[in-house]
Amino acid sequence: MTTAILVSILMTLVAASTPILLAALGELVTEKAGVLNLGVEGMMLCGAVAGFAVAFSTGSTMLGLLAAVMAGVATAMVFAVLTLSLTANQVATGLALTIFGIGASSLIGAGFVGRTITRLGPVFPAALSEHPWLRAVFGHDIVVYLSLALVIGVSLFLRRTRPGLILRAVGENDASAHAIGYPVIAIRYAAIAFGGALAGLGGAYFSLALTPMWADGLTAGRGWIALALVVFAAWRPGRLLLGAYLFGAVMTLELQAKAAGITWLAPELLAMTPYLATVAVLTMMSLGRRAGRANAPACLGKPFSAS
Amino acid sequence: MTPRLALSGISKSFPGVKANEDISLSVRPGEIHALLGENGAGKSTLVKIIYGVQQADSGTIAWDGAQVAIASPKVARRLGIGMVFQHFSLFDAMTVIENIALGLDEACDSDALKGRVAAILESYSLPLDPEREVHTLSVGERQRIEIVRCLLQNPRLLIMDEPTSVLTPQEVDKLFGTLRQIAAQGCAILYISHKLHEIKALCEAATILRAGRVVATCDPRVESTKRMAELMIGAELRQIEHGGSAGAGPVRLSVSGLTLPGEPPFGTDLRAVAFEARAGEILGIAGVAGNGQSELLTALSGERPANTATAIALDGKPVGQMDAGARRALGLCCVPEERNGHAAVPDFSLADNAILTARHRLPLTPLGIISTSDVARFADSVIKRFDVRTTGTAALARSLSGGNLQKFIMGREIGQTPGVLVVCQPTWGVDAGAAAAIRQELVDLAAKGSAVVVISQDLDELLELADRLCVINEGRLSAPRAVASLGIDEIGLMMGGVHGAPSPPGAPAHA
Repeated sequence: MTTAILVSILMTLVAASTPILLAALGELVTEKAGVLNLGVEGMMLCGAVAGFAVAFSTGSTMLGLLAAVMAGVATAMVFAVLTLSLTANQVATGLALTIFGIGASSLIGAGFVGRTITRLGPVFPAALSEHPWLRAVFGHDIVVYLSLALVIGVSLFLRRTRPGLILRAVGENDASAHAIGYPVIAIRYAAIAFGGALAGLGGAYFSLALTPMWADGLTAGRGWIALALVVFAAWRPGRLLLGAYLFGAVMTLELQAKAAGITWLAPELLAMTPYLATVAVLTMMSLGRRAGRANAPACLGKPFSAS
Repeated sequence: MTPRLALSGISKSFPGVKANEDISLSVRPGEIHALLGENGAGKSTLVKIIYGVQQADSGTIAWDGAQVAIASPKVARRLGIGMVFQHFSLFDAMTVIENIALGLDEACDSDALKGRVAAILESYSLPLDPEREVHTLSVGERQRIEIVRCLLQNPRLLIMDEPTSVLTPQEVDKLFGTLRQIAAQGCAILYISHKLHEIKALCEAATILRAGRVVATCDPRVESTKRMAELMIGAELRQIEHGGSAGAGPVRLSVSGLTLPGEPPFGTDLRAVAFEARAGEILGIAGVAGNGQSELLTALSGERPANTATAIALDGKPVGQMDAGARRALGLCCVPEERNGHAAVPDFSLADNAILTARHRLPLTPLGIISTSDVARFADSVIKRFDVRTTGTAALARSLSGGNLQKFIMGREIGQTPGVLVVCQPTWGVDAGAAAAIRQELVDLAAKGSAVVVISQDLDELLELADRLCVINEGRLSAPRAVASLGIDEIGLMMGGVHGAPSPPGAPAHA
């Protein structure tokens, strides 16, 4: 029976990690192009509420996911226009985007509080998932498989393809890239859009898969964890996967501890663990900063204007 | 023979300035043609027009006898025009081969590209490891990446923009060899520079620009250097006058055992740097960029505290742990290399920029409150004394050209009559006239009994200015040698950055 428990823990872990992984992967691509978008949390919330609203209205979770992606892109485009075309400060704009996302999602979601929908189900037929170990492989929903495919895809894109090379070049030295003749601003728009799409999808995973309902502030700060994760992973997709699942494990631990009825530790303290882990990781990263920084895109967060 | 490139009547105006006016120029296949001129003479604009970065207002461009319109750098490259910019378009954290791939217009299979690059490196016998990351390379090696990028496109005209400004003499020789080989294969070369002896050594023809117009064309092999320089600046050359040499006075700045880790991620560690600068002398510190010059400057200025208080002593007083303001108050002033953002705040007015450093030594802020009239007077005196071309003390630092801003910054420090002045690249990107003025001020300051330390990559400048010369290499400083006793080859070898290269006679064997 322990196998069943283990597999169940594993399933929770994967589910808890997936939205962070998606949002962080999007942010990684954005940052590789030299743009620091701190509005991940806001884009996730917009995705979450748009996904829920559309899934609730149409009854289709797939349409909900699609709507979430579009909502994420739309929010990201607000950021892109402000920072790229109007060269607003990226940090301030990103923070504003998060505040905007919290407010907008709360407004749109007001009518949906307390409603429920059908949770996003596994992709493969139940027959494949009867055995616990098979369930660990085939029992996930489509977004989980998509997120893993995206990790491989982004990794290959950045390391092996010419567009990936150009994207990295834009993040590394925008002035040089411009001098050679690459469209810096257009590439950054695309990277921000990709980041928004994945953040929106990650947000919708909360409202369509984890807890098939809408509540204000549903993503509970996971966008910030995603941001920290990008630094933790030193901008490498493989390490990002590892980091996301590590955070997922910490969060699962918290749930398991609650379920097991551990009372000697206040539940509030348990709920803090993922964020404490974020702080710890960031501290460790700053201590070993030579290694971490060397891989950071050199133009991260710097505005660019062709002249 | 049909010229490879023929310009006729090229004019280009920007708001308020005519950058190019009625310029005609022709380059034959296989010819190395010099484009000479001071900063602001219009060389860059002209080259940008040829390379399609900018469009001429009027005039025509003929390519192999046929008139063409060069709408973009892509079009230029398709015609067969390659360009090596003064400021490289490189990506530090990427490998050589990735950088080369980024310079190509169309995607190229990475194995095929490696083969083509290897072939070029071999045929021009250029040493360059395609797998190294760019930040680990010397400036000369970085330039080779740019050259390889151009050669891959089989250029028929190669434009080199001030290619030797940061190279060691040996690297310059190597570059000239490569350029001659490229020209021998029929490629025309347009060589932009203001270093006359190099042009004499390399070029077969020269077009001299001044204030946007062609003032002369000549054969640099027969024309005298002095004559070309005078055509270039349009006036008799001012010679640096070494006033009554104060000789070796008392030690004003003493540095011993200065050790400092480099700035991450790509900094150079300073290793037990030691030197003395005496009143009345100019001490030159030569070296190729990235060998610890910026670390040395930040350690001396006080931006980063030294390892011990006694590592840096000013007039015998240990100042190693003091901050920059305290050191200035005692008489140690520094001018870093980067003008915009380090030596001056680009968005501040000249007056405000004057306060930033001068408040420590001049009574500009009585009771901690800025006296705007005193500041304006001081800034104005700097502008007048150093002939800074600007609209006034309220002009933003960013609105000045590089040379003018540098004159202002140098004037701001010299105007405080420091006991010790440390300057890094004092005439970098400054035109010949302004450079001569700045050098003269440095000489005069030393003659008045200050110690002047000049950190520079420009050997000609150091040989002209310095009484004694050291070389910084990999964060280590050689023992100073009297300039009069040094040959240029010797300094070049010291600068070369080759580990384990034999130390020149007289240098301590501490490396």
